[in-house]
Parts: sequence; C-alpha cells; structure tokens
Amino acid sequence: MPNALELTAAQVFRRRLAERLGRSVLLMITSVAALAVLGIIFFIARESIPFFRDHGVVDFFFKNAWYPSHNPPEFGAAAIFLGSLLVTAAAILFSVPIGILAAICLSDMLSFRVRQVVKPIIEMLAAVPSVVFGFFALTIIAPWLQQLGEHWRWLGLDSGTNALTASIVLGVMALPTIVSVSEDALQAVGRELREGSYALGATRAETLCKVVVPAAASGIFSAVLLGIMRAIGETMVVWMASGNSARIPEPWFNLLQPIRTLTATIAGDMGEADQTTGSAHYSVLFAMGLCLLLFSFVCSLAGERVVARQKRRMQGR
Amino acid sequence: MKSTTTLPETRALPPRQDVHANEEAVSAAEKVLRGRRRRDRLFSIGGGISIAVMTFFLLLLVIPILRYGVGAYVYRGTIEDRRVQLELFERGNADRLAQEWAQVSAARAPIYKAFQDFEAELSTRSGAQRRTLRKEGKKLHELVSGLLGVFPDEPIPTLLRDRYGKTRWDQAQQQLERILIMETWDYSGEEAVLVRSPRRDVFAGTALEPVFDLLETDPESLLLPRWTFYPQFLTDASMDAHFFGGIGPEVRGTIFLMLGAMLLAIPFGIIAAVYFQEYAGGTWVTSLLRSCVNTLSGVPSVVFGLFGLAFFINTMHVSPGKSVAAGALTLALLVLPLVIRASEEAIAAVPHTYKEAALALGAGRWRTVLTVILPAAMPGILTGIVISMGRAAGETAPIIFTAAVSVGRAVRLGDIFTEATPALSWNLYNLCTEHQSIHEVVHVQYGMALTLVALVLLFNLAAIILRARVARRLKG
Repeated sequence: MPNALELTAAQVFRRRLAERLGRSVLLMITSVAALAVLGIIFFIARESIPFFRDHGVVDFFFKNAWYPSHNPPEFGAAAIFLGSLLVTAAAILFSVPIGILAAICLSDMLSFRVRQVVKPIIEMLAAVPSVVFGFFALTIIAPWLQQLGEHWRWLGLDSGTNALTASIVLGVMALPTIVSVSEDALQAVGRELREGSYALGATRAETLCKVVVPAAASGIFSAVLLGIMRAIGETMVVWMASGNSARIPEPWFNLLQPIRTLTATIAGDMGEADQTTGSAHYSVLFAMGLCLLLFSFVCSLAGERVVARQKRRMQGR
Repeated sequence: MKSTTTLPETRALPPRQDVHANEEAVSAAEKVLRGRRRRDRLFSIGGGISIAVMTFFLLLLVIPILRYGVGAYVYRGTIEDRRVQLELFERGNADRLAQEWAQVSAARAPIYKAFQDFEAELSTRSGAQRRTLRKEGKKLHELVSGLLGVFPDEPIPTLLRDRYGKTRWDQAQQQLERILIMETWDYSGEEAVLVRSPRRDVFAGTALEPVFDLLETDPESLLLPRWTFYPQFLTDASMDAHFFGGIGPEVRGTIFLMLGAMLLAIPFGIIAAVYFQEYAGGTWVTSLLRSCVNTLSGVPSVVFGLFGLAFFINTMHVSPGKSVAAGALTLALLVLPLVIRASEEAIAAVPHTYKEAALALGAGRWRTVLTVILPAAMPGILTGIVISMGRAAGETAPIIFTAAVSVGRAVRLGDIFTEATPALSWNLYNLCTEHQSIHEVVHVQYGMALTLVALVLLFNLAAIILRARVARRLKG
C-alpha cells in the first residue's frame, strides 16, 4: 500500500508550479502598485517637456514675470518658487521646535495615562482634511490678522490672507507628522541609554538633550523632512489663505505680504489653461508639478538614506 | 512593534543636605545644582507648553466648526424657511403654514401699504428732494424685500433667493441691522471714515417712517422664528447655489469617490503587503519596489491630480472629462501607500507562532497566508483601511482636475464614468472663496466643514477603538 502522505512526482511538480505562479502573480500586482510612482514621474515629465523646450529653463526659475495670459505669455516663476520656499520655511520654523518638544514631552515626560489622551488628539489633528485647515485659516486666523493690521498700521498688514496666515496653518498641519515620527525615534532609543545617563546623575533635561535626542537625531531629521514635504506639497491652505499674488514681497522675507505658491498656482490656473490640447499654460503647470515631485523625491530619498545609515550604526556599524 | 518605555519619575539629583563642613563649597555646589534643577523645570514647562499649543490649535479649529456647523442642522427658522420647505421640498404642514401665513401677511400689510403711500407721496415733493428720496426708497425696498421676500403685488422673480426672504433668524437679524443702520463712507477727511447713522433719519416725515417703528419693535411678528431641526440638510439637494437646501449631492459625491478609491486600493494594498511581508526576499527588486512605495507616499497631493488629468483622462480616456471614476482612480493611488503600510504592520504583528503552527500542520504557504495570517491581521488591516478612507474623503487637490464640479446634481451609479460630481471638500473650498455671495451661505460652509470633519474623525475614532481592541486581544 502506498504511503498516503507521500506525494507523487507529478503532485510535487504541480505544487511547485502553483507556488511559483502564485508568487509571480503577487509580484506582478505589487509591481503595478509600486511602479505607479514611475508612471507619475513619466507622465508629469512628458507633459512638461513642451514647456521647457519652447520657453527654456532659466527664465522659468529666475525671471520674475508671471503673465501666463498675456500675448505673448511670460512664464517667469521666480516669485512663485520664492513664495513656496518662504511659507514652507516659516511653517517649519514654527513647527519644528514645538513639534520636537512635544515629542520629547510625549515620550519621556508624560505619564502613561496622559499619553493615552494626547496621542489620539495628535492623530485627530493629523486626520483633519486640508481644506478644513484652509477654511480655518480663512475664517479664523485671517480675520484676526486683519484686525491686528488695522490696529497697528505700522505693521503694513493690508490683508488677512498673507504668507504668515498660510505659514501658521501649514505649521499646525505639519506638527502631527513631526511629533509622531520624532516620538517614534525617541522611543526607539533604548532604555539603557536613559538609565545610564540618570545613573551618572544627569537631570531629565540633560539626559534628554545630551543623550536621547542625539541618539534619535536621524529619526528626528527624517521627521523634519516629512514635515517639509507635507508643507511644500500642501495645496488647499495656501490656495485659500496666502493671498495668491505672484509678486516678490519687499523685503523678500516679509511674511506679512500676500504671496503665491507652486501648489496654489497649479490648482488655481489649471481651470484657465486648456486642459486637453497642451497649451504652454497647461504644460508650465506640469513643469511646476515636476519640480514639486523632484523635490519630494529628493527629500524622501535623503530620509531613507539617513534612516538606513542610522539602522546600520545601531546594529553595530 | 514599538516598545513603550515608561520611565520612573526620578529626580536624579540627590536631596539637599544641610549639614556640611565646608559652607562655601556647599553653597557653590548648591548653586550649580539649583541652576540645573531650574533648567530641568524650564525644559518640562517647555514641553508642556508645546503640547498646550497643539491642543489650543485643535480646539481653535474644532470649536467654531462644531458651534456654527451645528447651526446648519439646528437653527431658528423663519416662516420663509417653512415656505421653502413646503414649496420646494414638499415637506411640512400646509394647513398650519397657511394659518401662519395669514398672520404674517396681516403683520406685513402696513409695510407694503407704506411703500405704496410713499410712492404716491413722492410726486408731491420738489425736485432734488424727490430724487434723493426715490433713490433711498428704492434701496430700502430692496433691503426689505431681501428680508421678507418679494412684495405681494410684484412679479415673481426667477431667482429663488429673490423670491423668498431670509430663512434663518440670524440672517434676518443681520438684514434688519442693515435696514436700520445706514453705513456710508465719508471721504471729506484725509482718510475715508465709515459713518453709521440710523436710516430712519433719511425718511423722517415721510410715509415710510412708521415702517422703522415696526421693524424695530416687533420684527418677530413679520417672520415668526421658531426652532427648527433640519436633518435633511445632509441629504437635500442645494437650491439656487446653496442659498436654500442642503448638501446631499456633495455628501453623495464624497462617499462615491471614497468607496471607489477604497475598492481599488484595498485589494492592491493587501496583496502588496502580503508580498512584501511573506514572499519578498532581500533582493534588489524588493528594495526597489519598497523605495517606490515610500516615494509614492511622499508625492504632493496636487501632483496626483495632475497625473490623474494627464493619465486617466487625457491618455487612457477613462472618461471624456472629469468623472467620478477618474477621481476615484486618482484617490486610490493616493491612499495605496497608506493601505500597504498599515497592512504590512498588521501582518508583521501576527505572532510567529501562528505561522509556524500552521506550517507544522502541513498547510502550504498559500493556505497559511489565507487562513491564518490574514484573518489574524484583519483587525489591524481594517484599522489602516478606515484611516485611509478618512484620508480619501478629505482630499481636495487630487479631485480638482479629475472629478469635482462646483454645481451639479447628485451622481448616480450608472453615471460614474461620465459625470463629474460635487464633493464636500471641493465645495467647501468653492463656497468660501468663489461663491457669489460668501456671507449669505456661511451656515452652509460651516455645515459642510462639520460634516466633513465628523465623517473623517468618526473614521479615525473607529480606527482608534479598533486598534485598542486588537492590542488587548494580542496581549491575551
């Protein structure tokens, strides 16, 4: 009598085949999902090539003349690039110190019970849709700033929708990302390091500043990168609250004047541009999208690099 | 899994000792210690402040939206509101309305009479005075018909907003304010100054003067405000660009887009997660795919919109123009990395022993994944899915070019490949920036914001509860 558990050669072959087949199907589906990003890069680049071919690169980046509907149109987007960088930088300046302090507080200072309450609050802040943040900027922050401007004329605040409004709200939006990622990084620093430091007589502040934070530096760095990516890629808030004027503020770092960002330009101008035939106005918006895409690409690569290096170091060089 | 290190509340410094031989050295050491302690305390305070700032902003965001958003559902509705409900939505008690209408008409009659008398009186006035009075009278007529609806002897206007008066008592009060107080700019000085004066002064001695008495003393008799609960705000179509009605088409559009996106993202996401966790080796292919997924999660949302326009609409021709399908495809790409990451984490959290037991019982790899690992990871995967749903519902930028329109009817299932749709997120933007009279639809703006936030936060709350239960179960 043949052994019931023993498989014939044909059965073994069939099983192997099924296994292989299943595996390659899985790989295919996964690849479709993953390679979508390459598709995105390809299509955005393809649509923006006509613009770079016809209008050149230098003017686009360095000329300050944004008149897309003039005849002939001018596409000097220096003010728009500056606007994007300005609000992002201001938002990050606002949110990084608060975010890191909050992360430290969350991971090392608060009791377990308080943390159970605070973490969901942060998650909720992260989940609020960006258009609601824009609405918030428009209906609450902007009128406040407007009143402030009327009160103190010397500030030169003419309108509530300006770079400062957008930056504050962008900062608030970037906070949850920064907090939760840096908190993870702080938690990943082992207990031994903390206890060693306490054993040497360091206070809690000293332990955190001189031991824990340096050990978690790479994680915190990637948290900041993620915050930057969130701020520069954000559309609705800046579109609604930044004033949308494609001028370079005077002086260039003046947050109290309206500015315009890349994302807001894309969102706002696409309606005016011819969406199917590929006019210059249409492709210049794709060129801006490409810049945003490349920027986020570089950021996420840098983040990955830093985290990988840190991982290697933690595992003992 | 993260390890949670709860540190004991240790003050690492030794307690102060009072008895010491060398007083000076002690006081110097004390000073240093005190400085360190102070810095420690300052640091703690800083941490507390930063948490407080975040909470402050959350409250600043949520409280007004909650407060005014509820006003879209519960408010003091005037008789105009009840007329709108009956005539446009066929809802409410017709007999009672007729009764109220008779009452209100009687109260309003002196006003209409006064306007007629005023018209007759104008001819008796002399040149310049007549001209200003006629101009002001016209303005007042406009304001009053804004409050009470079209005058009974006039032709019925085409726009609904001109036909009916103020439906909400808060808006009626604002309109009353506008009627009673006149605002004019005085340009005589160096800077223009806003001058507020009672409007009745203009009409002193004319037939219209008693109108102001009535409006000042008993405006409620003209409009009969009553507390109204309007749950149909969530499902009613909007009438005349959101002046009346609800946000039904927007809610429906958002749900369609969200479900469409999840329908596509869930299978792809879970399969990719299974592959990454169970099948992928450490080859270069895997790390490339992983990098791709990471990068995808960092792509700005507006770029997804551009891609959707360039690929799904202009290249693949999923639809002739904007459509629900194109929007859902775009949103699916956006949430895909979220679903993959959450599912991966859930699968990784399944204890190794489960898998080993299944394999030891002779189950193949497939069977292990399908019958042991996925069911065990399902609550975690669900958590991720629910969070992604919230994200898909709230995103605006990706659907601007692919799916959203400002005004449209509720989309039907058969139309998803051809019709664009209104959506909560896009229409919130539209209502508070591009709408023709932003200040007339404030309640709709807040109602929409509240509905959107409630939708998203409910999903997140569900996720938080789900996760807590999973954590408890995994602990045993």
